[in-house]
Amino acid sequence: MNEEELWNLLDEVMDPEIPVLSLVDLGVIREAKFVNGNPQITITPTYSGCPAMKIMEEDIEAVLQGSGFDEYEVKTVLSPAWTTDWITEKGRKALHDYGIAPPEQTTSDKNALLGHPKEVTCPHCRSRQTKMLSQFGSTPCKALYQCNDCKEPFDYFKCI
Amino acid sequence: MEQKEALFNYLLRLGDNAAILGHKLSEWCGHGPELEEDIAVINTALDLLGHARSLYMYAGEVEGKGRTEDDLAFLRIEREYRNALICELPNGHYGDTIARQFLFDQFNYLLFSELVNSKDETVAAIAAKAIKEIRYHLRRSMEWTLRLGDGTEESHKKIQESFNDLWSYTGDLFVEDESDAVIVAAGIGPDLNTILPIWRENVKAVLAEATLEMPEDGWMHSGSKSGRHTEHMGHILSELQYMQRAYPGCEW
Repeated sequence: MNEEELWNLLDEVMDPEIPVLSLVDLGVIREAKFVNGNPQITITPTYSGCPAMKIMEEDIEAVLQGSGFDEYEVKTVLSPAWTTDWITEKGRKALHDYGIAPPEQTTSDKNALLGHPKEVTCPHCRSRQTKMLSQFGSTPCKALYQCNDCKEPFDYFKCI
Repeated sequence: MEQKEALFNYLLRLGDNAAILGHKLSEWCGHGPELEEDIAVINTALDLLGHARSLYMYAGEVEGKGRTEDDLAFLRIEREYRNALICELPNGHYGDTIARQFLFDQFNYLLFSELVNSKDETVAAIAAKAIKEIRYHLRRSMEWTLRLGDGTEESHKKIQESFNDLWSYTGDLFVEDESDAVIVAAGIGPDLNTILPIWRENVKAVLAEATLEMPEDGWMHSGSKSGRHTEHMGHILSELQYMQRAYPGCEW
């Protein structure tokens, strides 16, 4: 197995809370390489208290074991701190299709500049007429929004 | 005092602030005033516990006696905890919790904004991670201060009383001792005296916008940095440490 194949293997490991998003697409896997023939994977937490970190680590170990590796290392680094900018295009699409609004990349909208909540597109009907219900959603990485047009509440993957 | 000892003390204080306040906030789980707020307050608690873990892990490493994050979180006696007194005060009604949180978040935000530039790489890395979350905490407690202060006559009256009652515990956040002096000299953390005027200015601005009065300065509690706590601390620990005291070394 080469490094590219290792990355492809890791792309099969899904986020425990958002099972359509791989850890690679989430940007949590920072490095994947072979050291003396053994995989060495470096991960970084999305949020300091993210309870899914331990499960992510175990899920990574499980696919490595499944591919016949007995010796490997999964280590955690805090720096540089994870940012939503690391979510890949494929990951953003997966989030959207799953009903979670991906982080808005542009900070040029007037609301954000004035310190108000960002304009977020509804993942259900694509309306821009949405409002924030709470800074905090079902997991630390999400905020809770509601669409003013289709009235559906939805999660927004907040920008950090 | 050696730098190593000062750094250990310093990390414990930061870790204890996060652990104890996070523990207090977690008591709201299932009791929040509305569902969104229940989730928000628990998210904040979770972030704080995450900060505590990183800080305790590093503290254990600095101390070099093999103590783990769990040893530091669960197996010290009251006098060995160094959290600021305001972190251990009762949750009270929701306005009390919000006022406590706003005063602390404002402090924590200014402190961690400086720690991002710490000459200690690990401290800087933990701070860079934490500051992104603290920014959200501050935004939330600020919004609630505005909402309750500039809300109904009753909410205004209640949260004004909360701020008045908590005020005498704010001085303790800025007390400096020998460890701080070593940390400041080594460029690891900021001089708290430089943060105080900005903290006052920011608190004053938000309270003014919330149509609240800035409480008058008077006698201030102190003692947290030498481990002297309020009567509430023992009660917190009896619950927080129960499992480790009853079943030493238990893991799950």
